[in-house]
Amino acid sequence: MGEAEVEPANAEALPPRSFLGRFADGDLVASFLSSKVTVAAGLVTAILLLAAAFAPLIAPTNPFDPAANFLIDSLTPPRFVAGGDPRFLLGADDQGRDMWSAILYGLRVSLLIGVFSVALGGAIGVTVGLIAGYAGGWVDAVVMRIADVQLTFPAILIALLLDGVAHALLKNSGRDETAFGVLVVAIGLSFWVQFARTVRGSTLVEKNREYVQAARLIALSPTRILVRHILPNVMGPVLVIATINLALAIITEATLSFLGVGLPPTQPSLGTLIRIGQNFLFSGEWWIVAFPSLTLATLVLAVNLLGDWLRDALNPRLK
Amino acid sequence: MIAFIFRRLLASIGVLIAVGLIAFVMFRYVGDPVNQMVGIETSAAEREQLRQQLGLDDPTIVQALRFLANAARLDFGVSYQFRQPVADLIGARMPATLELAAVASILSLLAGVPMGVYAALRRDSALAKLFLALSLVGISLPTFLTGILLIYVFSVALGWLPSFGRGEVVHVGSWWTTGLLTVSGLKSLIMPAITLALFQMTLIMRLVRAEMLEVLRADYIRFARARGLSERAVHFHHALKNTLVPVMTVVGLQLGSIVAFSIITETVFAWPGMGQLFLQSVQNVDIPIMAAYLLFIGLLFVIINLVVDLLYVAVDPRLRGAAHGASD
Repeated sequence: MGEAEVEPANAEALPPRSFLGRFADGDLVASFLSSKVTVAAGLVTAILLLAAAFAPLIAPTNPFDPAANFLIDSLTPPRFVAGGDPRFLLGADDQGRDMWSAILYGLRVSLLIGVFSVALGGAIGVTVGLIAGYAGGWVDAVVMRIADVQLTFPAILIALLLDGVAHALLKNSGRDETAFGVLVVAIGLSFWVQFARTVRGSTLVEKNREYVQAARLIALSPTRILVRHILPNVMGPVLVIATINLALAIITEATLSFLGVGLPPTQPSLGTLIRIGQNFLFSGEWWIVAFPSLTLATLVLAVNLLGDWLRDALNPRLK
Repeated sequence: MIAFIFRRLLASIGVLIAVGLIAFVMFRYVGDPVNQMVGIETSAAEREQLRQQLGLDDPTIVQALRFLANAARLDFGVSYQFRQPVADLIGARMPATLELAAVASILSLLAGVPMGVYAALRRDSALAKLFLALSLVGISLPTFLTGILLIYVFSVALGWLPSFGRGEVVHVGSWWTTGLLTVSGLKSLIMPAITLALFQMTLIMRLVRAEMLEVLRADYIRFARARGLSERAVHFHHALKNTLVPVMTVVGLQLGSIVAFSIITETVFAWPGMGQLFLQSVQNVDIPIMAAYLLFIGLLFVIINLVVDLLYVAVDPRLRGAAHGASD
């Protein structure tokens, strides 16, 4: 790590320890274990992640294989209510697809889009923030002005607009195949601003520290200074934003899919499943909408709780 | 102070022009306006003539200026799917959205502020903890899920409230329609308004609570207590008043996002407003409507931001003397 190269005389002038440094110290582990709610949220998140990762192994049927699903099974109630079928733990939808399998696969899609779009938004935001903060001048002014303008619009609106524009540019051909990529790009691009602003702020502070000056004196290239020396020291807040934005990205994807501009019914996410299930709300087939909704709400709540904890744990001011 | 207002005004106009240019680029370069307007049987020569008529062969800068000038006159062109002027389409649906947004904002304020104050003053009470827990659930529950849940309980299970539409509306003036004057209109409004207000309410509650806790630690509160003022006077006259500035900013910004978030609520409840129109335009790649809606939201945000900035000056005497952009 960069800060090891310079040893200031008094301890107070030390740059804040990097995220990995804190982790090794056990601060994070201790604060994680001290709250029952956080531990529960962590467990739930871990279980949902594992369920999504191993969906093909856990799910009794493949909900996307037309040959494995039969219309005769359509609208079968869950196993535990009257008229249920032991083959369908959570019932079946209008296509005869097993809801339990569909939820596992849907969870997988929702999480993948969430993680990819946060990674994309984070990568753009961190890069832009580092460059703007380090370069300063007109680069900084232009980038931050763009960020200001974008920030006045809610992310969901930007994602909707980007989605519409993308489909116009792709001439609406193969909407199904491109839906995944379009969603990741639309959500990712609507989330970069917060990363950029935070990283820029931290970079402005870090670039005047002694270890950066030392790195400059030995004529390291700006790229190397940014990536190897400044980046590790601004990662803490980035992780907090990434966690909170993961919850937001999952909600945004579910909302877009629910609105019918996200994923098609052939490769449903949790949002698509809820959209399908909503049609059966009045005819009494409550399980088609209830279980995907419950899964989505649990996932988002757990990730939000983890984000809250991470924010408090990494922010010494709040202690 | 005049310099401050002037600078904010200039910045607002800058933002509007930027949004306008983005809308223009969308309007002009995403999808071909001519192809959308004519059928397959139109010949190349006729297309060329139409291009000339529409001025699509002019230099880009001329086209951009013309687009902005037309937009300033509320002329956004013709919708691809409805074959009607965009301004008429949006105008016809604007009352529904604005009414919903206004009721939802008032609701979120009326519930959010008292809950926040209570949660700060009695912060160890069970009710305060319940409020906090509910607010976390409120933030984690996507808007459309709240709507579906309400429909399930109050329309499907209990059958008390209608699950879609605006009910009976009454014409007020030449183009405004209101559902606030009929029983069915009011009944239809309840669930959409609650759905839309819930998320904002949790935000306002958390913010008011945090600000109150901060202010209650201040020296002037301790001094007010030392003067022997009643708890009531201290809490409401000194503490609450001083939390209002940040609350105002957030509420102002939320007002704009309520209009944007109404897209979701309007879809769940089949509410015939602008959000529904915008969503249809995204699904059908109806660029003129998308561009006009973008401009409308941009204008709304700019106006709200400006009003909030001016209210700052009105509320906070410190800003009146020093005319700098302390609001940033």
